[in-house]
Amino acid sequence: MRASSMDGGRKSRFLVPQNYPGRRRRAALGMTSFCVARVLMTTAGAIAAFLLLTAQSSAQVTAERLLNSSKEPQNWLMYSGDYAGHRYSALDQINMSNAALLVPKWAYQTMAGGKFEGTPLDVDGILYGTGQDDRVFALDARSGRPIWQYQQALPVDIRPCCGRVNRGVAILGDKVFVATLDAHVVALDSKTGNVVWEVNTAEHAKGYSFTLAPLVIKNLVIVGVSGGEYGIRGFIDAYDAATGARKWRFYTIPGPGEPGHETWEGESWKIGGSPAWITGTYDPATNTTFWTTGNPSPSNRGEGRAGDNLYSNSLLALDPDTGKLKWHFQFTQHDEHDYDATQVPVMIDDGDRKLIAQANRNGFFYLIDRTNGKLLSATSYAKVTWSTSKDAIGRPVGDKNASPTPEGNRVCPGAAGATNWMSPTYDPQTKLFYVTAREQCDIFATAPQPYEAGHAYYGSAYFPNDEAQPFWGALRALDPATGKLKWEWKHSSPTWAGVLSTAGGLVFTGDAEGNVIALDAASGKALWHFQCGSSVYASPMSFAVDGKQYVTVAAGSTLFTFGLP
Amino acid sequence: MPNFSQLRHFMQRDSRTFPRRCGLVAAALLVLWVGAPGLLAQEKNPYAGDAKVAKLGEYQFRSNCAFCHGLGAKGGGRGPDLTRAQKHHGNTDAEIFHNIHDGIAGTAMPAATNGGIGVGMSDEEIWQVVTYLRSVEKKATAAETGDAARGKELFYGNNAACATCHMVNGKGGRLGPDLTTTGSSRSVDYLADSVRSPSKRLAVGLSEPLKDFAQEYETVTVITADATLYQGVILNEDSFTVQMLDRSERLHSFEKAKLRSFQKSRESLMPTYDVKLLPEKDLKDLIAFLLAASSQGGAK
Repeated sequence: MRASSMDGGRKSRFLVPQNYPGRRRRAALGMTSFCVARVLMTTAGAIAAFLLLTAQSSAQVTAERLLNSSKEPQNWLMYSGDYAGHRYSALDQINMSNAALLVPKWAYQTMAGGKFEGTPLDVDGILYGTGQDDRVFALDARSGRPIWQYQQALPVDIRPCCGRVNRGVAILGDKVFVATLDAHVVALDSKTGNVVWEVNTAEHAKGYSFTLAPLVIKNLVIVGVSGGEYGIRGFIDAYDAATGARKWRFYTIPGPGEPGHETWEGESWKIGGSPAWITGTYDPATNTTFWTTGNPSPSNRGEGRAGDNLYSNSLLALDPDTGKLKWHFQFTQHDEHDYDATQVPVMIDDGDRKLIAQANRNGFFYLIDRTNGKLLSATSYAKVTWSTSKDAIGRPVGDKNASPTPEGNRVCPGAAGATNWMSPTYDPQTKLFYVTAREQCDIFATAPQPYEAGHAYYGSAYFPNDEAQPFWGALRALDPATGKLKWEWKHSSPTWAGVLSTAGGLVFTGDAEGNVIALDAASGKALWHFQCGSSVYASPMSFAVDGKQYVTVAAGSTLFTFGLP
Repeated sequence: MPNFSQLRHFMQRDSRTFPRRCGLVAAALLVLWVGAPGLLAQEKNPYAGDAKVAKLGEYQFRSNCAFCHGLGAKGGGRGPDLTRAQKHHGNTDAEIFHNIHDGIAGTAMPAATNGGIGVGMSDEEIWQVVTYLRSVEKKATAAETGDAARGKELFYGNNAACATCHMVNGKGGRLGPDLTTTGSSRSVDYLADSVRSPSKRLAVGLSEPLKDFAQEYETVTVITADATLYQGVILNEDSFTVQMLDRSERLHSFEKAKLRSFQKSRESLMPTYDVKLLPEKDLKDLIAFLLAASSQGGAK
């Protein structure tokens, strides 16, 4: 069913609703002292309208609004669009019949180099986004004109492994929250961009940093740390949105005496990595938040950390109020190929089945019962050579001969994975799961190195085969029930763009050559593309303002917004 | 740029507890701050010839450099062979250090600093890599491999006819890669292999910013809507368009959807120069020419 969302939902704050108070009172006054009344009431109406506009323009993004984000499809209130991680827009003004007409409406330049990985939010006609080097900006969603801009003063000794990136903000009340490369969490005033509070969570010089968009649940701002390349001890933190006080911390590596600690050899747990650098999802029905974790450190060398290395490369079900672990599921045990499980854990309801679907970096598509963490199926969706067998519970397990060797061992997928952090999407209309797949194998060669605080800690190296070996990528539409491929759109080369699906029967993605592309969600046929001039390294989103739908995506150092002519 | 007040704060705080150490650290920091350009211009490798450091450098190289330059520094899909004594962007320790530290403008070589593509290497680690590179360096002179002057005749003459498609120092054709610097960026074995089996590794062409992998000189055959056939090499391509050079060195750009036919092949347009077509001696002379051409002012 297609929601005709353009009619429903909240009106823009610049449109005066039909039933505004001034109109009603004016009717009640009748004919007495008509002229005086008219003047008075016009004034009163204007004042009332002004008050209403003021009230609306300072409309709070309440926790309830976040819970009910599907009721306001014109807005994009969190990183993945909703708590389920669907990255789906119920807007259908842009659809199969008119997608070919899309044109760029405006562009916003961050003027920064490097990768622009952010997804902006849209809240009542204002876009809140982040760019490289922890830039934060609020833009008029109609024109792209900046309202305020903020940039974190980053110290010189930060340790971003893979670019000075930031994937976005979260919002609650009149604050937007950003997690920064110097491992700070910062609350900014949503009207001015002024700092309301700022907390330092960990020592950035030792390799702790943030790159993800925070997740707000109730009154808490939840973040997961990056730094799996530096031998950190990973954690997920929750901060009081009002004050910045830390409410809980969940270490993704259990300490002495905690269950799972025995999965680490000796002292390796202290520097075992297991970051949590992708925004989680949330199931209000069971009050459970789902987070995913990254590789154990050193990322490509298992020697010295014998064991499964919990909770690296895992799905974690946490109580958002306390940070207590309800259950866990580990995708890749004792990983030696950098197969971070940091892909958005997507919540899908299939009849009575409450599921988490994840297309994992290790090349398998997993279906997990989200009420108890039980694995239901694991099906490869890309070329896999690291695992050729499954254990008693159906988990793919790594082959011994897939380990890195001194001479180099070719393993698929390569270290960048069969997919990576770029968001997948689940379309409740087509009931398909769309994911960016990368077909690239790497040679893994040992390069042992001692741990040194703040230094890269890989333990081995990986690089593409130097024989002629074409790498390629595709957008794949999977039937989540079976993991089977429904269709694929072949990219010219592997891409780092995520995917958005919409009620208009479309999926949007981008490619490494700079195209933003709209495809028929049912068939994978390309309906429209636009050349942005530099690689798309982000996941698209959609919003509507003044009754017009737009699609926004970052490419190069520019945020592009497209709409109908 | 260091924050001076932080530095001062650091000095004051530590001077009470560890005065001597603080003095040293502060002095070091001041050197870092004031004398940064001086330090970067450091010219001598402090570890030159140290085999242990070379081993550490090998691991650093694997972690940070091998992605492009290949295992053993023998050249990868897009990075040159670094075992060549003659390096295109400089042969001295200081030049190699600088190239790793700051990257090479106009090439895909990034700076080894945080926020670049790599994870960042300290100066010490860069010197380890320099030490490693010196330990795997192989000298190959034109004189050892063959007769460069005869190679030049072969290259530009009608027998091998390399110049039909390849250019050296501004003279020759455009359909294949310019070979001016190839002699200093690829090993003799690699060059021989490329002549004998040209389709084994296609040359790497355009590398777009932020894109992981460069375009290659793939062979393309298109038939346009009006039934004209063009064959040549792909200069660039995306999902919707292709930019190519045809056999007559004419540039074309096509929208794929408007073509009657579009076919790509990883069979190179270059003929396979087997021993019949190019005897072993000719091959050696040809390579000698490429080596000489790539040295400073060579073979002009």
